[in-house]
Amino acid sequence: MIADHLPALQVVLPLVAATVCAMVDRRHVAYVIALLTSFAMPLIAVALLIQVLDQGVISYAMGGWEPPIGIEYRIDVANAFVLVILSLVAALIMPYAARSVAAEIPENKQAWFYCMYLLCLSGLLGITITGDAFNAFVFLEISSLATYVLIAMGADRRALLAAFQYLVMGTIGATFYVVGVGLLYTMTGTLNFADIAARLQELDIETSRPVLAALAFITVGIGLKVAMFPLHAWLPNAYAGAPSVATAFLAATATKVAVYLLLRYFYTIFGFDVVFVQHPVAQVLLILAVAGMFAGSLIAIFQDNIKRMLAWSSVAQIGYILLGVSLINHTALTGGIVHLFNHALIKGALFFAVGGFALMAGTVRISQLAGIGRTMPVTMAAFVLAGLSLIGVPGTVGFVSKWYLVLGAFEAGMWWVGFLILITSLLAVVYLGRVVEVAFFRDPEGGAAKAIEPPLSMLAPTWILVAACIVFGIDAELTAGTAMQAASVLIEGLR
Amino acid sequence: MIEAIPDLVHHYNHWVSIFLMVCGLYIVVARGNMVKKLVGLTVFQTAVFLLYISAGKILGGTPPIIAEGYEHYANPLPHVLILTAIVVGVATLAVGLGLVVRINEAFGTIEEEEIFERGEQE
Repeated sequence: MIADHLPALQVVLPLVAATVCAMVDRRHVAYVIALLTSFAMPLIAVALLIQVLDQGVISYAMGGWEPPIGIEYRIDVANAFVLVILSLVAALIMPYAARSVAAEIPENKQAWFYCMYLLCLSGLLGITITGDAFNAFVFLEISSLATYVLIAMGADRRALLAAFQYLVMGTIGATFYVVGVGLLYTMTGTLNFADIAARLQELDIETSRPVLAALAFITVGIGLKVAMFPLHAWLPNAYAGAPSVATAFLAATATKVAVYLLLRYFYTIFGFDVVFVQHPVAQVLLILAVAGMFAGSLIAIFQDNIKRMLAWSSVAQIGYILLGVSLINHTALTGGIVHLFNHALIKGALFFAVGGFALMAGTVRISQLAGIGRTMPVTMAAFVLAGLSLIGVPGTVGFVSKWYLVLGAFEAGMWWVGFLILITSLLAVVYLGRVVEVAFFRDPEGGAAKAIEPPLSMLAPTWILVAACIVFGIDAELTAGTAMQAASVLIEGLR
Repeated sequence: MIEAIPDLVHHYNHWVSIFLMVCGLYIVVARGNMVKKLVGLTVFQTAVFLLYISAGKILGGTPPIIAEGYEHYANPLPHVLILTAIVVGVATLAVGLGLVVRINEAFGTIEEEEIFERGEQE
């Protein structure tokens, strides 16, 4: 009985929990609510994934209104996989959040922090699960508005500027998306993803300029949310300014969901032929992806703030994911999708470790973290292992992603792309190496000298993610296998 | 050239909303005052609302009522969608203005240039 309504519960549960948090406004109660909700999320997501793998696509009519009139929640392997990533990160982040939030957020705002976190989670899950173009916009804005507030809660007053900057850019992005959806609606008369796709088939797209304009608007609009180069300007400031927990959560989830939505539009709605064969979207994406990989990695080298450094590294990693999309073959797309998951693990672990530094040493500046590897060896070891995954050392998840990407590049006949991936990986060695050098080879001083290991509630989630980086790096059967299926589903489309 | 003119005039609703959209975007980019930026953002969003609503209108159409004499009616769905989008827009504006108030408290100004100048001095 209740199993029939799992798709709705996945989104409604955090949405209701968020309002309850706001109403009780007691920080301990809010925390318990957020914790229990976050633990329920992966149970639902995994149940949905198993159901999808067993029985194929799930179509859920929201409120009993049958699609295409009503809003449809439609789950196939691709978005079930993204749901699992999102909810696992959510479940790990809540135990971690207790101490970090208590230290970084004023007491009277902590309940609101959890409220915003749950709203953001609900919005992200909603974008992933929905099969309706306008519903996706509403969830996009729910998650975005919550994100602006989360960022503005950062201790530094520059976080406010970062939040404002993101608000302006994010709203422009979302509005572009709405323009695109509006043009699609005027041409097809429907908002349901599958229905739009079916009716676009009947249109002669070459002569239908609104559809092409819609493709452009939607690509740019979602590109802003993805932080696709050169639309990434909001990301470094936002990640650097936000509270540690919010940064870890956003870095691991928000951009991934936007990438998923982009894939959905490219493959399911406009279709492979329109986007990649008839129009040079892939070529443009390829250039932007490579530019993002280099710009992100190079700028990361010159950052003193570790959070900002990792944020720039995220710009580069998004480049890898888009590279997987732009090489237009099954292997590369598998690499892109598996990197969605792997990057969530890696960046989650790295930002968890950085949150530990912020709490125990009181700083995230590399220059002030001298000797932190001696006073906080367990946290730093996690940072190093996650860093190795980011570089893509064999035996870690980063290697699995890059392996598929390089294979895909060769398959596409573009061996030089594989070479570029190698160079940017070396750049990652440089920026992560700086942290390692300062942390292990200098004498502890300042805040770093007095630092002790963070509590178990923070170490355990960090090490679970690090362990996952290694386990899924050695045995990639599960992640790469699922990603491969998701890639097949996307390339074949809904039909 | 001349044959194209009726076609362009025919879609004048699109021209109006595109003009407003670009105006809004220009204000966002060109103005350093954060409240003015938000005004520009709102103009930009409202232009898109017009794009939707004008697309739902049928010339000579009536309100969408099921009764005798109401045969050709305007498409009600864009109105409903835009009702939602207006709510989202209001929420965005509220959060944006809230942030501007906080920025004014923290920096003593809402002019971007002044804030960046101070940031360099720090």
